[in-house]
Amino acid sequence: MSTLPVLSISDLIVEFPTRRGVLRPVDRVGFDIARGEILGVVGESGAGKSMCGSAIVGLIDRPGRITGGEIRLSGERIDTLSQEKMRRIRGKRIGMVFQDPLTSLNPLMRVGDQIVETIRTHLPVSEHEARRRAVAALEEVGIPAASTRIDSYPHQFSGGMRQRVVIALALAAEPELIIADEPTTALDVSVQAQIMALLKRLCRDRGTAVMLITHDMGVIAESTDRVAVLYAGRLAEIGPTRDVLSSPRHPYTIGLMASTPSPTGGADRLSQIPGAMPNLRAIPPGCAFNPRCTKAFGPCTSELPVLKPVGRNEVACWLFDDALTGNPNKAEENA
Amino acid sequence: MLAFIIRRIGQALLVLLAVGFVSFAMFKFMGDPLENLLGQEATLADRAELEERLGLNDPIPVQYMQYLARAMDGNFGVSYRVGLPVGEVILSRLPATLELAALSGFLAIFFGIIFGIYTAIRRDGFIAQTIMTTSLIGVSLPTFLIGVFLIWAFAVNLGWLPSFGRGQTASVFGVELAILTWSGFKSMILPAVTLGLYQMTLIMRLVRSEMLEVLRSDYIRFARARGLGDRAIHFGHALKNTLVPVITITGLQLGSIIAFAIITETVFQWPGVGLLFINAVNFVDIPVMSAYLLLVGAIFVTINLIVDLLYFVIDPRLQADRAGGGGH
Ligand SMILES: Nc1ncnc2c1ncn2[C@@H]1O[C@H](COP(=O)(O)OP(=O)(O)O)[C@@H](O)[C@H]1O
Ligand code: SF4
Ligand SMILES: [Mg+2]
Repeated sequence: MSTLPVLSISDLIVEFPTRRGVLRPVDRVGFDIARGEILGVVGESGAGKSMCGSAIVGLIDRPGRITGGEIRLSGERIDTLSQEKMRRIRGKRIGMVFQDPLTSLNPLMRVGDQIVETIRTHLPVSEHEARRRAVAALEEVGIPAASTRIDSYPHQFSGGMRQRVVIALALAAEPELIIADEPTTALDVSVQAQIMALLKRLCRDRGTAVMLITHDMGVIAESTDRVAVLYAGRLAEIGPTRDVLSSPRHPYTIGLMASTPSPTGGADRLSQIPGAMPNLRAIPPGCAFNPRCTKAFGPCTSELPVLKPVGRNEVACWLFDDALTGNPNKAEENA
Repeated sequence: MLAFIIRRIGQALLVLLAVGFVSFAMFKFMGDPLENLLGQEATLADRAELEERLGLNDPIPVQYMQYLARAMDGNFGVSYRVGLPVGEVILSRLPATLELAALSGFLAIFFGIIFGIYTAIRRDGFIAQTIMTTSLIGVSLPTFLIGVFLIWAFAVNLGWLPSFGRGQTASVFGVELAILTWSGFKSMILPAVTLGLYQMTLIMRLVRSEMLEVLRSDYIRFARARGLGDRAIHFGHALKNTLVPVITITGLQLGSIIAFAIITETVFQWPGVGLLFINAVNFVDIPVMSAYLLLVGAIFVTINLIVDLLYFVIDPRLQADRAGGGGH
């Protein structure tokens, strides 16, 4: 395990053929996540965050599929693997945590059995050994009296405890990468911080890479190393969390930050930008953000901007294109 | 849990009491039992004397209680038509209906669940689509047409199976059963298929739609994300969750098999209680009709009760929280 990023995706395209044309919930998205790094993925609801996660683990709903780009896990290309090979990677090398712990667990099965089942799917261990590991996993995520609670059903746990169980499940086979899709959104505010702290600690301890999908800028500020901003399926900006938060470049990111009063900010984060994200059926030509952008100019409505390095960030916006007539904004930024 | 069971049994008894009242009312107010018992030459004095002797002058609630008490003893009066105690007549016919219903219930559940799962998992496959289309016929054709068609195909044309009657029976613990002999078993196939087809179709469609629903749920998605294989997901996770809601409706379906047996037994001249009932209707044999009603009611209520208790066993969420809630 050298300096190769754990996850590396480039120019990823996901398409859904429909009767009224092809939809692209993910359009040429690319980023890397290094070992032990936490990448935050932000964006409005419908921006394609979850779809990115589904694409990585090979679980896009039919009839959607990956039609372009590539996904590499520790250097190995995984988007072209057979279903069976991909299945063996899921849960073993890539763990997932979903938004709602209340519905993530099979209600008719004891939590211990669900953990044992996962462990035995991926590791050649006996029932007894798997159970021992399951108890250890539950202890590690902070379930009190794990050796008796292991025989409880999901409904016998509170929401926060259930999400701990889900995290234990995701980490059961020691994956290299965790994709956590809004892991705290459905939880009571009082336990959100605990769960984030737990996830962070466990992944730091093991050097697990994390793709943390969220629309909570507070979580981004506190927990991530880098952050990627998605808009209408496209990457608008990506960079170290500190830089993106303190000096956002893309007008959308700027709007996003402006509507976030404090790092632990509350609701209504995105409502400050007038207008709404376009429907996938009606993405405007050029920059998808142009109808809402106050800085839109010449090329914005016709040409698609691509990611360019700006400071320590990378930004997909025509304002930062050197080739375009003497860019005032950029000069300002660099001054 | 005990409280739940007791409450549930209490409800079942109440329903039975109501059904009992309907069948009592039928017994009491439909037709004139005295006419049948007395014959043409009876005098008014004879009539009054008999009325008194049968307790027909007592207040209605008292008569109802007496009726129930007699019913408990298996005493439903005497059949007008055959002149034997109704209890005895029904008892002699009951095994034929129960074995027929059991076989068709088994066929309906077995194939209903298998086809339901198959058509859900292979939703877009050719075979699954064919099964679904064919099943529409199963739901829309009336039972007697299916019966007549099966007779035409397998009894008349191919000559493989008998078209009516029950064949030979063998006795187990004094109960005559046809399924234990070869000729009896052969005689059972067509009526059992006819009787079970409709229920099978319903169960299949129900299992399919429930399964599709479950396969869309978050915990199935999570199970896939954990790397579980199709087999573990379909049979280890989805099936049980599918069957929880299916059990209720299936239970009710089984109850209605007994009721539907009337038509099938008539088409195939199967000597069960259904055929007995049809004959009773023709002869206005009120005691048999009212006893039949009570019997079918009792079977429905019992099945319902069992279904509820089963539900309870299968779904841990309904049970008392023995492991205690987990705060954080
Ligand atoms: N099964 C599907 N078929 C067609 N479009 C879908 C499907 N699932 C999601 N989408 C679309 O893909 C886009 C991205 O969705 P998603 O990744 O869930 O957004 P996010 O997680 O950022 O809120 C949305 O516009 C959504 O409508
Ligand atoms: S490319 Fe144009 S429209 Fe898009 S964000 Fe930049 S300035 Fe605004
Ligand atoms: Mg989402």
